[in-house]
Formats: sequence, C-alpha cells, structure tokens
Amino acid sequence: MSTLRIALVGNPNCGKTALFNLLTGSRQKVANYAGVTVERKSGRLTTPSGRTLEVLDLPGAYSLTAASPDEEITRDVCLGRLSGEQQPDAIVCVADATNLRLHLRFVLELRYLGLPMILALNMSDSAMKRDIRVDRNILEKELGIPVVETVAVHRGGASSLVSQFDRDLPEPALALPEGADLHAEVNRILEAAVSMPSRTAKMDDAIDRVVLHPVWGLAILALVMFFMFQAVFAWAAPFMDLIDAGIGAIGTFVGDALPDGPLRGLLVEGIIAGVGSVIIFLPQILILFLFILVLEESGYLPRAAFLLDRMMVGAGLTGRSFIPLLSSVACAIPGIMAARTIQDPRDRLSTILVAPLMTCSARLPVYTLLIAAFVPQQTVLGVFNLGGVVLFGLYVAGTFFALAAAYVMKRLRRTSEDHALLLELPSYRVPNPRDIAIGLWDRARIFIVRVGKIILSITVVLWVLSSYPVPPADWGGTAIDYSLAGRIGHSVEWIFAPIGFNWQICIALIPGLAAREVAVSALGTVYAISAASDDAASQLLPIISSQWSLATGLSLLAWYVFAPQCLATLATMHRETNSWGVVATALIYLFGLAYIASFITYQIAVALT
Amino acid sequence: MFEVASKESERLADLPLGSVATVDCVHQSVPEDPIAKRLRDLGFVSGEPVRIVAAGPIGGDPLLVQVGFTRFALRQGEARRVMVHRALPHTE
Ligand SMILES: Nc1nc2c(ncn2[C@@H]2O[C@H](COP(=O)(O)OP(=O)(O)OP(=O)(O)O)[C@@H](O)[C@H]2O)c(=O)[nH]1
Ligand SMILES: [Mg+2]
Repeated sequence: MSTLRIALVGNPNCGKTALFNLLTGSRQKVANYAGVTVERKSGRLTTPSGRTLEVLDLPGAYSLTAASPDEEITRDVCLGRLSGEQQPDAIVCVADATNLRLHLRFVLELRYLGLPMILALNMSDSAMKRDIRVDRNILEKELGIPVVETVAVHRGGASSLVSQFDRDLPEPALALPEGADLHAEVNRILEAAVSMPSRTAKMDDAIDRVVLHPVWGLAILALVMFFMFQAVFAWAAPFMDLIDAGIGAIGTFVGDALPDGPLRGLLVEGIIAGVGSVIIFLPQILILFLFILVLEESGYLPRAAFLLDRMMVGAGLTGRSFIPLLSSVACAIPGIMAARTIQDPRDRLSTILVAPLMTCSARLPVYTLLIAAFVPQQTVLGVFNLGGVVLFGLYVAGTFFALAAAYVMKRLRRTSEDHALLLELPSYRVPNPRDIAIGLWDRARIFIVRVGKIILSITVVLWVLSSYPVPPADWGGTAIDYSLAGRIGHSVEWIFAPIGFNWQICIALIPGLAAREVAVSALGTVYAISAASDDAASQLLPIISSQWSLATGLSLLAWYVFAPQCLATLATMHRETNSWGVVATALIYLFGLAYIASFITYQIAVALT
Repeated sequence: MFEVASKESERLADLPLGSVATVDCVHQSVPEDPIAKRLRDLGFVSGEPVRIVAAGPIGGDPLLVQVGFTRFALRQGEARRVMVHRALPHTE
C-alpha cells in the first residue's frame, strides 16, 4: 500500500504547524500571528501500528477563495492543482477550539472538496481554561466527520489524532447543498454543541486597552524597540569579551606551537583571525533573536502592525508589511518570504524591495566593530550606553530609508485605490521557555554552520589570494601589496577613494558580497597578514581605530546601511517575484544609495575634522 | 441579543469607539468585490453582533472590530463596506 498523504488545513494561527512538528518531529517555525507558514512543507509519521503517512503543513487560509499568494498555495494543494502533485488522500482540518465561530465556517467549506476529513479541535487546553465546553459527540454528528481534541504544544497532545490515523479513513465528507448559508449553519452547530461563557478572553481585553491605546500604545512600542537594541548592545558585551579573550588565547597558543611557515599563517592569520572576528558576534545575535522570538510568540506583533498601519500606508506600504520588515531585522530572506501574506501585489513588491534596508543581523558585526572603533565609551542620560544609542540610530536610519524608498515607489506608481488590511489580532500567549530555548539553539546552530561553511571557506581563499604570489626578495613594499588580492584592491581603489575606502576595505567588500559579515572576517585576514608582526592576530579593533580616519569609519557605516551585499537575499527576491527586473532595480537603487550616502558622509566628515 | 435597536442602517466606519451594533449587509464597492467577499467569509453577515474595540492612533484608522469570537483590524475602506444598525444603550 502506498503511503497516505494527509494535509493539515485550517485558518491561520490555529496551530497547524505546531501540530505538524509534533506529528513529524520537525522544527518548522511556530509563532503567534496569522501567516507564519508561507510554504508547503512535508514530513513523515509512523503510527504505533506501523502505518506510514506523509503529512503536509500548509499556510493558513480563511477560505479557498484565495486572497494572497500564501492562500493560493493552500487552495492549489487542496484542489490537487499544484503541478506534479496529486490531491491529498485526506484532510485534517485544524480548528482553534476558542475561535470556532470563524474556524467552523472554513471546515464546512472544506467539505465541498469531497475528501475524507478529520477535525482536530486544537488548543483544547486554552478552551478548557476559558471554560469553553465543546460537545465532541454532537459535533461529530452535526459535521459527519470524526472529531478529536488536540493540544499541539504538549508532548502527546496529538495522540487522539494519531490513533485516528490507525483506523480506516472515514468516508468522504458530505457537503451541504451548493449555495447553503454556511454562517447560519455554523451558528446552529455552535448553539447545539458549544457553551462559552464569554466571547473574548478577559486578559486580552485588559492588555489591549493599554497596548492599543493611541498614546500609551505608541509609547510602549517605541520603548520595546529601543530596549531591544539597547539590550543587544549592552547585555552582549561581557560574553563578547569572553569569546574575544578565548580566541586571542587560541591564536597565541597555535602561533607559539607551530613553526613559522604557510601552515601557521593560514591557521593564525587566516582561520583564527577571520572566523574569530565573526564568531564573537554570536551573543548579540542570540539576544536579538531572544527578543524577536518572545515578541513573535506573545501575540504583540500584529498589535504593532495595527498601531503602525496608518503610517505605513502613508509611506506606501501596509500594516501587514510590519511583520516582514521586522523579520528582516533578523534576516531579509525570511522577511521577503513573509511578504507572501500581503494581498496587494504592489504593496508586496514595495515590501520586498525595501526589506534589505532593514538592518539584518549580519550587519551587526560590521556595525559593532566600527562603533567600538570610533564611538567613545560613554554613558548618556545616566543609563544608556552611547554605542547602544548609535546602534539604535543605525537601525532607525535603516527603517527610515526603507519607508522613504517605499514612499518614492508609491509616488512613482501613482495609484490610490484602497487596499484591504483585514488583519486578525490573536490572543496573547505566554511564551514557553523551552520553545524559546530551542529556537535560540537553532539560531546558534545556523549561525555557527554559516560561519563554518561560508566564512571559513572564503577566509581560506582570501588568505591564499592575499599571501600569494610571494614577492621577490628585492620587492620594496609589503608582501600583501604584491599578492593577487592586494593588486585587486589597489586596482579598484580609485572607485572607492571618493568615499574614503582604502584598498584593504576594497578587498574586504568583494567577498563581503557573499554575506555581509564576511567583510569583517576578510578585514581580519587582510590586516592580520599586512600587520606582519608576531603579536596575536585577532586584534582587528585596535588596528582599525588607529589606521582609519573617523571619516572613513563613518563612511563605511553609511555604506552598510544601504548596500545590498548579500547574494542570498537577491536570489530570494528573484524566487519570490520571478523577475530579474526586480533584482536589477534593487541592486541599482541600493548600491546607488550606498555610494551617495557614503560620499556625502565622507566629504562632510573630512570637511569637519 | 439587544432589546432595543435603532432602525437606521449606518456604516461600521462611522461608529464611535466602544459601540455595539448588528451587521445588516456588506456592500460591494465594485462588482465581484473580493474584499466584500472576504469580509463575509470572516463573519460580517446579517445578524452578527460587532463591537468597535479600538481605533488606530492616527485619525482613528484602522478600526479594531470584534466579530464572532475574533478581532479584526479593518481600514476605513473596508469598514465603510459594512452596514450595521446600532444597539441603543439598555435601560436597566
Ligand atoms: N495553548 C496552546 N497554544 C497553541 C496550541 N497549538 C498552537 N499553539 C500556539 O498557537 C500559535 C500558532 O501556532 P502555529 O502552529 O504557528 O499556527 P499555524 O496554524 O501554523 O499558523 P499559520 O502558519 O500562520 O497559519 C503559536 O503561538 C503556538 O504556540 C495548543 O494546542 N495550545
Ligand atoms: Mg503554520
């Protein structure tokens, strides 16, 4: 017998992905807002009796009449329209037991598919807490399909569903007559099967009164954001010092243990200096993700979208752009993909085009290095770290220019028809520490693998290019000047001279195209080689602060606010829009802005200092 | 659900904060209006009670509307499509 294919289908945010993870042991992203899943994902499950099933996780949808690209995926899978893929053998409708007025309508709509169906009443723990009673037997009778209760966030919370898989598939669900009033039917079923003391959770109402308040709400939002970036800077410092000391010690140890020669050069100047200069940012990235994960799970993000919608519309975006743009603070790639939840194609395109301007976590290494080199250690207003304030300023600058760019695009297209928002605000939830810990562990792993693969390999290549060919004995300059990388750096220096970049920066920018933080490891390698002395090579910071002018440092900061130095982002843009024109537009406008901004910054800074 | 109700139909967009009303219908602003269809799918259908829970900080836009057991943020443009009649305050 071939494996059964079962699709998880339901309204957004009802816990499909949590259930999918529980069933298949996957770790797909779960968060408390509508539109987390934007792709079809598949996994396997073997039931206790040894039956194997393929389980599909799909984006949430309110209806099979799709209104956005993510809903189209769900529709196409359900109807068997996705190319190269048959209709699933059965559907597990997932419904939030606390939100049945909305979710049962979609269950009734899905019955028109004529497939075997099982209803999973998820979040039955929350329903219990709110004293919501659902009579499963009546519901089964009314709907004509098996109904099971699940708690997707508890171990074993899907056992009733799994034992249902072990039985024979139910008969295909019978649909209501064409054109029936599904809402009236839902109300009738609710009347018969559900008792609910109140329509809303008291807690949600109480929190929303403060959080959505026109004045307090905005103040809280500003505070949350500021606190987040301050924490990234301030909390991480001790951990970073620790890692720095560790890397320094390793460098010295290896340097002392090995005889002088290419191997020692590669290890100390190439790998330890290059990789070490990036690994050190792990604490900052984890703190940033700690905030993002907690915000995502709490249910606050759609509230922020609500508060900012009007401003975002003014800038040519939509409140729905908020979550993609905030995700871009972690990394533009998931941010650009999250734009699938935006219904209007033009709003979606603008969001995709400006997402790279949001300060992604790969810029943190560059920013932190330059801030440490050029911003004095000071406390402002008694408590804030000046570096943290500057960092926050860079995030604000990125956001500001993202909005400004969107505004210009809006002006260029000059249409003014109204777009829908139709954004659901979920119940608040207390994040589960275990899930947060797993989320952070995943991020740490991804970061280290990335450092291990991309950065390590580029560093090795760069070390070779910067060390060879070896200059002849009568060569007057430094060895790196004679090397291939040195020559490349010198040959493009004239392009970047007006914005104050020296040839070392030029060299670092080229591998920096692969990933932004590579620029830091590349600088680490280049300077370690050109330092040509025996002291520990991992000390990039003092070299930069002594050798670069303030103007150069600021100019490089300005460059990094804009420059689209990340091939993976550009590839994602192409995949999501299927257009090289969009990629070319992004490249030209972002590099253009980067050059202009750096030019202005550099010239002003030179004039003033 | 509400003892006394006013007869006149008005637009959801024009209701003050905190008011409770019952949906009459959703207007299409264009033929086959997808937004109107989506609003109906979300539960804005005749006889459903709705409540304005909150309003955005600038110009009261968007509105946060409770319908069924769910809260949706609607912009003025969407909220103008929904016709409601208001529940008058109880005299208890
Ligand atoms: N209390 C409780 N929370 C749950 C349960 N299942 C899921 N959640 C939470 O509900 C939220 C949504 O879960 P997801 O699995 O991301 O929902 P989804 O249906 O995949 O959402 P989309 O991908 O946006 O359609 C998350 O905050 C989960 O932690 C449950 O059974 N009980
Ligand atoms: Mg999901």
